[in-house]
Amino acid sequence: MAELAVRRRRSWTGWRFVGPFMVVFALVFLAPIAYSIYLSLFKTRLIGGTSFVGLDNYQQALTDPSFWSSLGRVSLFLVVQVPIMLFIALLVALAIDSGRLHGSSFFRVTIFLPYAVPAVVAALMWGFMYGSQFGLLASINDQFGWSLPDLLSPSWILASIGNINTWEFTGYNMLIFYSALRTIPGSLYESAEIDGAGEFRKITAIKLPAIRGALVVATIFSIIGSFQLFNEPSILQQLAPNAITTDFTPNLYAYNLSFSGQQYNYSATVAIVMGIITMVIAYVVQLRGTKER
Amino acid sequence: MSALTRRRLLGAALASAVTIGLAACGSDDDSSTGGGTAAAQSVSDADVEAALQAGGNLTVWAWEPTLTKVVAEFQKKYPKVKVNLANVGTSADQYTALQNAFQAGSGIPDVAQIEYYALPQFALQKNLKDLNAFGAASLKDQYNTGPWNSVNSGGGIYGLPMDSGPMALFYNKEVFDKYKVEVPKTWTEFLEAARTIHKADPKVYIANDTGDAGFVTSMIWQAGGKPYTVDGENVGINFADAGTQEFVKVWQTLISEKLLAPITSWSDQWFQGLANGSIASLATGAWMPANFVTSAASGSGKWRAAELPQYTAGGTASAENGGSSLAITEKAAASTLAYGFLKYANQGDGVKIRVDNGAFPATSATLNDPNWLNTEFDYFGGQKANEVFAKSAQGVVSGWTYLPVQVYSNSVFNDTVGKAYVSNTTLTDGLKAWQDQTLNYAKDQGFTVK
Repeated sequence: MAELAVRRRRSWTGWRFVGPFMVVFALVFLAPIAYSIYLSLFKTRLIGGTSFVGLDNYQQALTDPSFWSSLGRVSLFLVVQVPIMLFIALLVALAIDSGRLHGSSFFRVTIFLPYAVPAVVAALMWGFMYGSQFGLLASINDQFGWSLPDLLSPSWILASIGNINTWEFTGYNMLIFYSALRTIPGSLYESAEIDGAGEFRKITAIKLPAIRGALVVATIFSIIGSFQLFNEPSILQQLAPNAITTDFTPNLYAYNLSFSGQQYNYSATVAIVMGIITMVIAYVVQLRGTKER
Repeated sequence: MSALTRRRLLGAALASAVTIGLAACGSDDDSSTGGGTAAAQSVSDADVEAALQAGGNLTVWAWEPTLTKVVAEFQKKYPKVKVNLANVGTSADQYTALQNAFQAGSGIPDVAQIEYYALPQFALQKNLKDLNAFGAASLKDQYNTGPWNSVNSGGGIYGLPMDSGPMALFYNKEVFDKYKVEVPKTWTEFLEAARTIHKADPKVYIANDTGDAGFVTSMIWQAGGKPYTVDGENVGINFADAGTQEFVKVWQTLISEKLLAPITSWSDQWFQGLANGSIASLATGAWMPANFVTSAASGSGKWRAAELPQYTAGGTASAENGGSSLAITEKAAASTLAYGFLKYANQGDGVKIRVDNGAFPATSATLNDPNWLNTEFDYFGGQKANEVFAKSAQGVVSGWTYLPVQVYSNSVFNDTVGKAYVSNTTLTDGLKAWQDQTLNYAKDQGFTVK
C-alpha cells in the first residue's frame, strides 16, 4: 500500500517538471496543428455555409495544378539556389577560418550583416535595384548603353529572388559553418602538418568531415526556407504582378487562398500537405546526411 | 474595454425606437439589381440624434485621409462620442483584416470603409447592416446616381457613398505640347498619340499599364459593356460582349506595339514617371489630384485634366473608377451611433470638410455648387478641373454591376489577364481565363453559374 503511494507520488513529481513545458507545447504547437487538420475537413462557402467534407479538400489539393506548379517552382529554386548559397557560405567560412585573411572579423561581420536586414526591407531594396525604368538596372543600361534583361520579367524573376535570398542568407550559413570549424581542436592541424599535409588537404581530410553535421543542419534549414518562400515574392509582387502569380510559391498560394478567396479550409489543407512534403524531404536529407558516420 | 457601455447604449437606443414606433420607409425599391424587398425602417432620425447626444464609443476602420479632420469636428459637435479611427491598411489589406475579424467573430469595427467593388461581397456574406433599417432610402436624391447604385445590392443599402471616381484623362501638357500632339478625344486618337509620342522619344510613353483589374473593368464599363450579370445567387460573366470587345481592340494594339510603360501603378517608379514626364497621361478617377500633389509634386503646373477619350466620336460616356463607402458591420455594438457618424461624414457637415481637403464628393449638391466648380487647381496650372469631373460624373454609363466575388476575382486578374502584358497571350484569351477562373470560384462558393 505504502509502496504504491510512493510510486504514484513519484510519477506526479515527474509531471510537475514536464507539465509547464507540456502545456505550452500543447498550446503553441499541437493546438494549431490540430485546428488546421480540423479546418481541413470542412468547407465554408459564401452560399450554403459550412459543411463537413471529409478528405475532399485533400483530394482537391493532390490534383490541383496550381499547387503542384508552385511546388515545382520552389523545388527548382531549392535545387539551384541552395547549393550556390551553401557553397559560397562554406568558401567564406573556410577563408575566414584559415587565419590567412587580414581583418577576418571585419569580413565576418560584413558578410553576416545582410542577415540583420529585415527580409521585407531587403526585398524592397532589391526590387528598386531591379527596376528597369528608373532603378539601378535602368541606370546601368543608360550609362553603358547595355540592354540587360528585365530582371522582374517572368523568365528572370525566380533567379532574381534567388539572388536576394543568397545575399540575405549566405552570412547566416557562413556563421554556422564558421562556428563548427572553430570547434576543431588545433592539435589535429598540427599533427596533419607534421604528416606534411597542405592547406587543401587539411580542408578535405579534417575540416569538411568535422563540420558534416553543420552542413546537414544548414541544408535542412535551407530546404525548409525554400519551401516556405514567401516574403520576397510577396513584396516583389507589387512591382511585378504579372511575373509573380498568386500561386507562385505554396505559401503564397495558401495565403491568397485564405485572404483573397476566404477559402480557409482549402488553405489549411494546402498548408498541411506542404508541411508533410517538407517534413519527408527534410527527414530523407537528414537520414542520408548522417548515414555512414 | 467599452463593450459594456456600448451594449447599454444600444439597449437604450432600441428602447426609444420602440416608443417612437416604426416609421414607414418612403422610397420604393428601385434597385437595379432587383431581388429582395427593402426592409422597413426601424430606427428613426430622432433615435440617431438621441444616440449621438448620449455618446459612446465608435471604432472606424478607414484609410481615407480626410476622415481624420471629419472625426475631429464630429467629436467637437458631439463631445460625448469617442471615435477611434484606425487605418488598418488600404483597400485589399483592409479587406483582409476585415475578413479575419468577421471570421474570428471578434475585433470587428463598427464602421468600415469599403470600396464599391467590394461592397456586394461583404453584403452577401451578411457582414454588413442593411441601412434601410435607418431609413437610408430617403437619402437617394442627395447622391449621384453612380455611387448610389453602387451601395445598393439586392434591395439592400449597405453603405453611404463617401467619394466617387468619375474618370478623366489627366495629361502632361508640357509633353503633349512638346511633341505637338492634340489631346485625344477618342481612344483611336489616343492610340495615334501614343505612337507619335513614343516614336519621338522611346523613353516617353503615353501611359503606364501592367494590368489593373479596376482599370480594365472601368474601361469596359465606359464602352457600355456589361460582362457581369448578377441576380441574387446567380452570376454570369461574358467577356465576349460588345463593350469588352471595343476595349480589347484599343488596348491590345497598345500592348502589342509596346506603347505602354511597363511600370506598375502606385510604385515608386510610377510616381517618378508621372513627375518627370515619361508617363504622359493617366486615365483614372477624379480622386487622383490629391495624389498628384503629394506624390508627384514636381509635376505641378504641367498637368491638366481632360474628358475621358470616347469610343464613339462626340460621345460623353464615362465610368466610375474606385470610390468608396462607409458601411456599418452587422455586429456593430453601437449601430445607431454608427449611422449618426455615417450621415455626418458622408451627407452632413463632414462632406464639406472632406471636399475642402481634396476628396471627390459623391453628393449631388456639391457637384452643383458653383464655389466647388470654380475651384482652381494649382497643380493643373489654375484649371477649374472640377468642371471636367462633374461633367464626367453625369456621363457615367448606367447599368454596371460588380460581382459578389469581385475581391477574389480582382486578386487573380494578374494571374490570368496579366499574361497578356508580358507574353504572347492575347487580351481576349487572358480575359477568357479570368472569366473561367472566377466562375470556377463562384461555383465552388455555391453560386449558380450561368
